Amino acid sequence: MRIKRVAAVAAVAALALGLTACGDNNGGEGTGSGDKSFTAGTTMEKLNKAQKIKIGTKFDQPGFGQKGLSGKPEGFDVEIAKIIVKELGIPEDKIEWVEAPSKVREDVIVNGTVDLVAATYTINDKRKERIAFAGPYYEAGQNIMVKKDDTTITGPDSFKDGTKKVCSVTGSTPAEEIKKYVKDVGPQLVLFDTYDKCRDALKGGQVDAVTTDNVILLGYIAKDEASFKLAGPNFTKEPYGIGVKKDDADFRSFINDTLDKAVADGSWKKAWDDTAGKFGAELGAAPTINRY
Amino acid sequence: MNVLIDKFDVFAGGFWLTLQICLLAAIGALLLGAIVAVLRISPVPPLRALGTSYVNIFRNMPLTVVMFFAAFGLPALGSNADFLRIPVLDSLFSRLGTDLPYFRFALIALVLYTAAFVCEALRSGVNAVPAGQAEAARSLGLTFGQNLRYVVLPQSWQASVVPLGSVIIAMIKNSALAGFFGIVGDLSATADQLTGAEGYAFVPVAIGISVGYLIMTVPLGTLLDRIEKRQAVAR
Repeated sequence: MRIKRVAAVAAVAALALGLTACGDNNGGEGTGSGDKSFTAGTTMEKLNKAQKIKIGTKFDQPGFGQKGLSGKPEGFDVEIAKIIVKELGIPEDKIEWVEAPSKVREDVIVNGTVDLVAATYTINDKRKERIAFAGPYYEAGQNIMVKKDDTTITGPDSFKDGTKKVCSVTGSTPAEEIKKYVKDVGPQLVLFDTYDKCRDALKGGQVDAVTTDNVILLGYIAKDEASFKLAGPNFTKEPYGIGVKKDDADFRSFINDTLDKAVADGSWKKAWDDTAGKFGAELGAAPTINRY
Repeated sequence: MNVLIDKFDVFAGGFWLTLQICLLAAIGALLLGAIVAVLRISPVPPLRALGTSYVNIFRNMPLTVVMFFAAFGLPALGSNADFLRIPVLDSLFSRLGTDLPYFRFALIALVLYTAAFVCEALRSGVNAVPAGQAEAARSLGLTFGQNLRYVVLPQSWQASVVPLGSVIIAMIKNSALAGFFGIVGDLSATADQLTGAEGYAFVPVAIGISVGYLIMTVPLGTLLDRIEKRQAVAR
């Protein structure tokens, strides 16, 4: 019975899609599952048919992708990924979450370990050489966190005289960005594997500042408002995108459409308010999707 | 593989910094290890106990834990390891004298950890000297210090140079951990920079880094082989 119903839905879908879908080998079969249907041969159709998806995200990024006691990652990236998965007609519990720390994000996409990556993934040209980005779905910006009573650091230019020490995380875009401002890397820059260590170094006085995307810093400030503050406005723009395979233009435009829809129907804002928005970070206006 | 050519300066800089750490750590570990070895073979029981406890603690603790204690324990105790800002050395090795203490912390951890192994390598050499040698020296009226200096250590050196070399090679490889405890730009940390922030594929970068370490370790191994051969003739 179930098979018949699926086939019926598929047939209707195939009819609705018109000749393009019918012209394929298997006709309408397999183009639809659940209540969604896609053109045969696309990534969407494959995922929909398989009824499961592997998604790379961070497991240690408060507000964006953090694995808590529930055993599942939670955060804005995770919610955005769930919106896309819902649009693919796959139930939420069929998502396999894969940890994608910064340095392996391109590799897991290229190798096919995951189907997409949503992991505070800044869109940039160097990365576009190996993968493709849908989105952006959020625009963060780099900022500087200092001790509450510090008035000597007012922005990235404060590092130019070579006396102030700053901490960031190895292999991150903010770490490369701040190198443009420090006079000499050796005596001024410290890199750790997590921001927790940077915060401890700031507290202990080994460094004068911690720099990374504003949303991450706001997470720390929210936890300890008596000790830390931001120094000045954001000084970069970090558009977060969804990473997919480089040549998969169909999947990319599908995600872009989904993101547009999510912004329009309010689920984008709700995802933010339920996660990173709790830290008091500003969502701002929806960034314009970059369809390249 | 273009990354090896395009980013040669990054690899070279990392190599140079790692070499500095290793050079300083090797000197420190050999000195401290020799002191601990003398403690362990000294005739005074409390000193022996001190040497033995040192080896038991640092040989049996993971280096990562020692690094953690150095990089996050020392600051908690209020120390920035400023005693390592040695006047002449810090002009040669610029990182030694910076306000940022993490180079010094990593150095302390590497030295403390490796010294335990150096001590054991030296001691195994001393044990290889026939007991009759030390007894003969003692019966000639040499003191403990003279006994070590003129009789035991020159002979033990031959037996311990190869295991010592292995210890130093292991230390060079262990130094890769330093990049994860706040040192910016050492050889292993360049992997994070190139793959994470600049988006290069991991495998070519890893190959470049491996080559860097091999450049340090392989000649050292060859040198040891030659020393070993020369000594075989001398015996």
